[in-house]
Amino acid sequence: MARNLFALLAGSLFGLGLMLSGMTDTAKVRGWLDVFGDWDPTLAFVLGGAILPMALAWRITAARGHAALGTAFPDKPDPRLGRNLMLGSVLFGMGWGLSGLCPGPAMASLSYNGLGGLVFLAAMAAGMKAAVPVKLRLAEPA
Amino acid sequence: MIETDWILGALGGLVIGCAAALYLLVNGRIMGASGILGGLVDGSGRATASERAAFVAGLVGAPALAMLTFGAPQTHLSGNWAVLIGAGLLVGLGTRLANGCTSGHGVCGISRLSLRGIVATVFYIGAGGLSVVIFKHLLGVI
Repeated sequence: MARNLFALLAGSLFGLGLMLSGMTDTAKVRGWLDVFGDWDPTLAFVLGGAILPMALAWRITAARGHAALGTAFPDKPDPRLGRNLMLGSVLFGMGWGLSGLCPGPAMASLSYNGLGGLVFLAAMAAGMKAAVPVKLRLAEPA
Repeated sequence: MIETDWILGALGGLVIGCAAALYLLVNGRIMGASGILGGLVDGSGRATASERAAFVAGLVGAPALAMLTFGAPQTHLSGNWAVLIGAGLLVGLGTRLANGCTSGHGVCGISRLSLRGIVATVFYIGAGGLSVVIFKHLLGVI
């Protein structure tokens, strides 16, 4: 129960932060990616602001064995890069630039994006399901 | 000159970072929007489904409640369904292949100096910039 409560709290904070930062506005996100147009640097401030508390949090994890609710902290990430990481990030970036939406803001703005927001979310979920067989076929290099 | 949007961006970013820090330090999980939703969509996160669902409920629900008080913010979402469906498929497929999006690789990865997070972020921002060049400046569809 506590896990769900804190997950609800974290999700709520995330959604409010996205709203406050302007990242639910697809024009601002596309503005960040539009280097040859009317470039908007806001996203860099958002990312910078978000990295600060997280960098502190990672330092705390180094000094403690487990999270407050008992779960072990996530393992160190695999240092290998691999095709999935690079190809996936390129595909994601193409869709991100096209729509101005990434997964977090797509969910946060669901209530005020009308039918279009639902269409995007449904397509995104279908893409996520499609990734399972594609990932199996693309074996990571040694 | 510092613009209001940049300050709101940094403040919103801090809130996003605090959400990620809370999810890490209390629940012991990485706050990655695509991973949390993807695990529900493809069934790989069945064992932690209620925690994931609670997070998504907060992420969708808190901005919906805030909207009732403050009104809906501008989202400038495309009304072109072909764009929304194509972009949604790319974002869903890409983020699951790459095992992360702006929150997982960007916020949580860069803040622990993960090479995978940094490389993914360079690739999706680069591809996003290219996408805007192609679809806005060359094809004029967005």
